[in-house]
Amino acid sequence: MSTEIGTSPGDPELDARQAVVAPEHDEERQVEWKTEQHVYEPHRVGLPPLGPYVRELWRRREFAFELSRTTLRAQHFETAFGKLWLVLNPMLLAFVYFVLVDILRHGHRPHGYFAHLVAGIFLYYFFSGAVRESVKSVVGGGRLVLNTAFPRTLLPLSTVITAFWRFIPTFLIYIPIHLISGLPVNLATLWIIPIVLTIAFIAAGLAMFVAALQVYFRDVKSFMPYVLRLWLYASPVLWYPNEVPNHWEWILKANPIGGPMAAWSVVLQKGHAAPPVDMLTGLAWAVGLFVAGALFFMSREREFAVRL
Amino acid sequence: MSSLSVSETAGIAQASADARVSIRVEDVSVTYRTSLEKKPTMKTTLLRLGRRERIVREIEALKHVNLEVRQGEVLGILGANGAGKSTLVRTMAGILPPTIGRVEVRGRVSTLLALGVGFNRELSGRENVTLGGLAAGLSRAQLRDKYDEIVEFAELEEFMDMPMNTYSSGMYGRLAFSVAVNMDPDILLIDEALSVGDAKFRKKSFKKMQELCAQDRTVVLVSHALGSIEELCDRAVWMHKGELQMEGEPDDVVHAYTKFLDVGEDALTMEDL
Ligand SMILES: Nc1ncnc2c1ncn2[C@@H]1O[C@H](COP(=O)(O)OP(=O)(O)OP(=O)(O)O)[C@@H](O)[C@H]1O
Ligand SMILES: [Mg+2]
Repeated sequence: MSTEIGTSPGDPELDARQAVVAPEHDEERQVEWKTEQHVYEPHRVGLPPLGPYVRELWRRREFAFELSRTTLRAQHFETAFGKLWLVLNPMLLAFVYFVLVDILRHGHRPHGYFAHLVAGIFLYYFFSGAVRESVKSVVGGGRLVLNTAFPRTLLPLSTVITAFWRFIPTFLIYIPIHLISGLPVNLATLWIIPIVLTIAFIAAGLAMFVAALQVYFRDVKSFMPYVLRLWLYASPVLWYPNEVPNHWEWILKANPIGGPMAAWSVVLQKGHAAPPVDMLTGLAWAVGLFVAGALFFMSREREFAVRL
Repeated sequence: MSSLSVSETAGIAQASADARVSIRVEDVSVTYRTSLEKKPTMKTTLLRLGRRERIVREIEALKHVNLEVRQGEVLGILGANGAGKSTLVRTMAGILPPTIGRVEVRGRVSTLLALGVGFNRELSGRENVTLGGLAAGLSRAQLRDKYDEIVEFAELEEFMDMPMNTYSSGMYGRLAFSVAVNMDPDILLIDEALSVGDAKFRKKSFKKMQELCAQDRTVVLVSHALGSIEELCDRAVWMHKGELQMEGEPDDVVHAYTKFLDVGEDALTMEDL
């Protein structure tokens, strides 16, 4: 029914064969065979062949979206109250920090501080939500991982998509706060898009890393809340990036999301373009962490089925 | 490369016999490395660091297995518990990579491995079928087409929107079976899943299996039900401790295997096995 290109056209046996079936069906079959041919071999450095892997990942992207949709449905995301509930937690946290910081600063807070705090917490929640949920993604994959062959990176990546969807309503809540605080909206505001993207890639890289790590060390999950809480304090959320004393500057530099979070504040508070230094360090971290996380995950993922 | 022929035009097919191989397992070994801990944690790893002991055990589940399954063939695999049957099927499905060797698979695979096509018990039957199908590489459109068939065959219409932890184990198995056989795969891998459900469903699933086996479809069937291997399969292999002990007509293999079960291990050395 199906033939390979490259056989001589004069081959009588071939002609006979082609006469048996309709040509369009023939082609269809051929494509199917091609795309559905798998070779499984031991991988030299522990990595699957990257080209086919990425192709397969892309082909099954719908799975990641569907998984994220299913997760959101389980959290009642589609109802108005479900979305409100989502906003409630970071809002309360923002209020608590607001009072706290106001006390510490003896009431001398800069103009728009509340908006800075809320915006920072919301963006940070996107990041931390993605990383925290991804820890469970592979171990919680259960029988799906045991019985189906698919690129496992879809599991942690799906949690990043979920976290992004959860970020949207919180951002919508932020808009009135921004406007009431009298903060600027201009062309530079568009910088928030690359900033969120950078954060998403950093989150995805870490998500893959911790998801794989959890398979080997089942207590990674219990460390996450502490790590993520400290990380919040190390990010320009409670404080302004330009207020950092010199001897603490390294915290901002060593923090992968330090750059983008600082840019986030500058863009929203001042209406300026994102500082190139912040964006570039953020980009470097994003590329580095994403590639490192993906390589680590992929080099390990073939072991997952026997370790769950 | 030679041509791929999937038609039943026997004469021509002979000419390209090589291309009609669906699954080729070449010198495959699989070694499990497991830690003896129940749940590995960072804490225990750190605490153990000073002592330098390694608590990893290696289990050679497959040892240099060579096997070819031709297009349209129904292969039965039998053997004792722990013989490596599930490991072999998982390797064919691409879930476990071989430690040594090479596995080549031509066609879209659907797996039904030890009851469960990737089911998460907290999600509903519908969500599980959708997620399992998408993960297995089906498109949304294909899934939409198949969904009703799957539900109808499993006879679980009223349960599809309930979480699967409310299912009985028979219902669970029925859905799993129905998903695997209705995915319309080129290659169907089944690991001990024929005997699910009640008597009525078993009859139905057996009939479905006969139907699938009669079609031009490659099926690999692992079962302890020797009767169904004899009845469904074109060829059978008997696995013993990770190696292929025997390969041949289902009747002969089943006969030898049952004889082995009666006689015991010593019989392995006997020539006439
Ligand atoms: N996840 C695992 N980790 C470590 N060893 C494993 C794992 N799974 C299987 N094994 C070992 O590999 C060997 C083969 O197991 P396998 O599950 O393939 O046997 P089987 O033939 O399917 O047996 P059964 O008839 O009980 O299903 C056994 O010795 C088993 O202990
Ligand atoms: Mg088994």
